[in-house]
Amino acid sequence: MTSLLRFENVSLRRGGRLLFEAMNLELGPGEGLQVAGPNGSGKSSLIRLASGLLRAERGRVDRVAVALADDSLALDRELPLWRALSFWAGPVDEAMEALGIAQLEDVPVRLLSSGQAKRATLARVAASHAPLWLLDEPLNALDADGAERLASIISAHLAAGGAVLAASHQPLPGVWRRLELGR
Amino acid sequence: MTGSIIARDVRRGSTGTAWIPIAFFLLVVALMPFAIGPDARLLQRIAGGALWIAALTAALQPIERLVEPDRADGVLDQLLVHGIADETVAAAKIVAHWLTFGPLMLIAAVPGAALLAMDGVSLTRAEIALAIGTPGLAALAVAIAAVTAGLPRAGSLAGLLLLPLAVPLLIFGAAASSGTGPAALLLEASVSLLLTAGAPFVAGAAFRAART
Repeated sequence: MTSLLRFENVSLRRGGRLLFEAMNLELGPGEGLQVAGPNGSGKSSLIRLASGLLRAERGRVDRVAVALADDSLALDRELPLWRALSFWAGPVDEAMEALGIAQLEDVPVRLLSSGQAKRATLARVAASHAPLWLLDEPLNALDADGAERLASIISAHLAAGGAVLAASHQPLPGVWRRLELGR
Repeated sequence: MTGSIIARDVRRGSTGTAWIPIAFFLLVVALMPFAIGPDARLLQRIAGGALWIAALTAALQPIERLVEPDRADGVLDQLLVHGIADETVAAAKIVAHWLTFGPLMLIAAVPGAALLAMDGVSLTRAEIALAIGTPGLAALAVAIAAVTAGLPRAGSLAGLLLLPLAVPLLIFGAAASSGTGPAALLLEASVSLLLTAGAPFVAGAAFRAART
């Protein structure tokens, strides 16, 4: 089994504070890993490290192509949602349907509510063909319907041989391995 | 994807406030006769340099919207996650910025030249010098925008950084505009080339530094 994400003896320091040291982690096809822990324990930093946005102080991070959904919207606010999403990924209709935002395709991004914006960032991940999804607090701003839709795209992705690394302080729907930080 | 980054930046750069740098350029040029007096011979003598000072101040105008909105909104992060190197993104931004800035500047130089009583020959010389110098100016603007992105009072700081760094371009560009021979034009071209080639690496390093 080839791993989609592997941390080897990874240490990360931010702002002079050691967030974690000598961490080993492996994520294979079909696996979901939830990173949990109190605020400031380094969940988001771990996600950014896995996405290549941060570099480890020591150790090695190997990964395949990834898709990232975090707090930043990264969609052009003046464009209709469909066009803004299409900048990032090929056909986005199916993903918008799956997240329940298909009817918003002509709405300018700046008019979206925070829940709709969250669904849009998740739709970008769903429309990417990246085998590894990195989700930072994916449940933030989502309602019950949104959480259900998130659970179903995640299980479809895992069933197709993908992997998901999600950081969340609340329990995520579905079956997850758990990694506790800051203990 | 590089093509779509350029297309996106051109679209964003040419809507809304794209005319402000050009209006600024013409305004500065229009101030010259008021400050120096309407003596046509004197104006002609300083016209090349005056156009360049106007171009430099105009180049400062769009700096705050070149990089900072994309950094703050996570666009730079997403581009890197999508496998596009920071240097490539910076190069695409430079191309897009020149496309929304350079040609308009060349057009605005025509009424600008009229305000300074320039004749046809010196206008042609000034246009050639501007065409060669504006890519370097655009590259410098993107690099400075990247270095100052996210800092408080970034606009003023960018001015303090950009104007001194643009001095070599100003010296040779103004000299080439005033018709001191081909040497000035060649030196201007080499400065412009150096800035255009170096800026993507400076800006890329600044994108990375902003993430830590």
